[in-house]
Amino acid sequence: MIQNLKQSLIVSVWFVFLTFPLMVVRVNTMDQVVIWRWMNMVWVAIGSFILSYLWRYMLARQQVRKKVADEGVEIRSRTQLLLEDMSFRYKAMGIILLAALVFPLVFDTYQSTIMISALIYVVLGLGLNISVGLAGLLDLGYVAFFGVGAYSYALLNHHFDLGFWITLPIGGILGCLFGIVLGFPILRLRGDYLAIVTLGFGMIFKVVMENWDGLSFGPSGIANIDKPSFFGMDLSLANSTIYIYYIMIALVIFTILVTNRLKNSRIGRAWIAMREDEIACVAMGIDIARTKLSAYALGAFWAGMVGVLFASKTTFINPASFTFMESAIILSIVVLGGMGSILGVIIGAFFLILLPEYMRAFSEYRMLAFGAAMVLMMIFRPQGIISNLRQTYEYKGSKDKINNG
Amino acid sequence: MAENKHKLLEVKGLTMDFGGLRAVDSVTLEVHEGDIAALIGPNGAGKTTFFNCITGIYDPTKGDILLHPKGLKTRRLNGLKPNKVTEMGLARTFQNIRLFPDMTVLENVMIGRHCRTKSGIFRAVVRGKRVREEERQIVESSYQLLEKVGLADFANEFSKNLPYGAQRRLEIARAMATDPFLLLLDEPAAGMNPQETADLEQLICKISAEEQIAILLIEHDMKLVMNISDPIYVMEYGKKIAEGNPQEIKDNPKVIEAYLGEETDA
Repeated sequence: MIQNLKQSLIVSVWFVFLTFPLMVVRVNTMDQVVIWRWMNMVWVAIGSFILSYLWRYMLARQQVRKKVADEGVEIRSRTQLLLEDMSFRYKAMGIILLAALVFPLVFDTYQSTIMISALIYVVLGLGLNISVGLAGLLDLGYVAFFGVGAYSYALLNHHFDLGFWITLPIGGILGCLFGIVLGFPILRLRGDYLAIVTLGFGMIFKVVMENWDGLSFGPSGIANIDKPSFFGMDLSLANSTIYIYYIMIALVIFTILVTNRLKNSRIGRAWIAMREDEIACVAMGIDIARTKLSAYALGAFWAGMVGVLFASKTTFINPASFTFMESAIILSIVVLGGMGSILGVIIGAFFLILLPEYMRAFSEYRMLAFGAAMVLMMIFRPQGIISNLRQTYEYKGSKDKINNG
Repeated sequence: MAENKHKLLEVKGLTMDFGGLRAVDSVTLEVHEGDIAALIGPNGAGKTTFFNCITGIYDPTKGDILLHPKGLKTRRLNGLKPNKVTEMGLARTFQNIRLFPDMTVLENVMIGRHCRTKSGIFRAVVRGKRVREEERQIVESSYQLLEKVGLADFANEFSKNLPYGAQRRLEIARAMATDPFLLLLDEPAAGMNPQETADLEQLICKISAEEQIAILLIEHDMKLVMNISDPIYVMEYGKKIAEGNPQEIKDNPKVIEAYLGEETDA
């Protein structure tokens, strides 16, 4: 405690010293006077002292926790216990669903549009969560699948006048196919190499779309894509936004349902086992090639589907929407939210997409804050906002044990 | 006695080269039904490489690995992928424990059931009656295996939180979940204290007797090997130098030389 305070004091003095020329002294060359801004020095001192103390305090806490965990005692935080309580879960889900349903009726079109883009990232995050979070296959080119979905709708709509609802599954399936196409060459790769190849795949998609004018109309993109039709009726802009919002809610619920079931199935367990130890996994009779391909294909499926919706929402797409930055954001959602945790990914998506929207005033500092948040997260909570819940199963004699634990 | 028993695994002249290094040099070995066979030898003798060849992690340079499942056709294992070998009914554990640390103990065993169950992606999404029934069976049989190895109380713990000896037993349970008729144990007693080793000895005997699973084990703990194994194969520098029952092995001058060094006239 005293030690910490002393250290923080030293840090604070050091910072005052370092920032002195910048923050305190100001030379006005016009009037040839020096302005001394002593107040700034006080602020720097107080600020750095508090931050440094907080930093030390958090690190110490982290250390204690780690020590307890190393001794084999499992620590589960209050949130985790709360989340394992089923009745609480159902209540919370009901409230959130209700809030989600009335949202566009209460707020205006602008808010709904923001919410739609957040929901798009929720689905993208959940899709990437399958390959990165569950199967442990890093994918830096995930946005390519999103692009495949968006372009498949844009092109099918442009050339053949296909509607939204027909293309939605087609987009998903095309995403799936591209997932398998990417999956084959990287079956033998691991770690860094895998990351590089997937990164390249994402880049290739963008470059091809930019340059293959005959197919994709190049950088000028495709405009006038139809919005989803509502039983053949044309909707006003506001109504159409609300309509897309509800489609998006349905899609999110569908995604959550399916990914949750997949996660708790035989396939999901195989994915997690592959993430944990590939050699042990194959020695237990699991076909690694098939498991990897299924992880990529199913991850890409969601990106393809939501890509169709993205194209119909914006009514205009061009390759600039599918840059590496998007892949990085989706990956950050998964990592920040908690790898493998569905709830974590949802929270992560809202956090990373809504916060910048509502903090437009500070948009210059967005990347700065983003980076700082990532670094802090990796130091203090590497498992993400919500770490993965432990799966428990019912078996003979399990009831009394769960009550005791 | 061995002649009357059904031959399960037959390895003929197995050779494994890594570049210019011959790690395993034409080793011949047989495991019969009901056997607890042991493969011993000094460090670096090629025992684990031998295991890796049999289980498909390496593709051997020369030789035949033949599996004779009871009532089924003989299968040659050379070049098969590890998961196929496991499907044939040959499961293994690892020298340096390879559990799935962030999965619960029960889930670890459930992974072993993977190759014996078959519900696919679409069925998992629909989650019909058949899938739920299959899941229930997976959980039940996995739990029973945990009871057998004495880990039932830890079923819902993360496997990384288990003590060392328990992790070893969990690996055995996981391998047994694949329904093997031959179990390969790579140094199951490594790092165990005498009490844990004694428990392990009992467990291995129990598996062999109750489950009708033949066992081939690599081990350095001579007490354990001499107590339970017959036959014993001895390897040194990639070559098999001796085979026989414990007494024969103890008296074999080549084995003594391999372990203690050559006698010199002083």
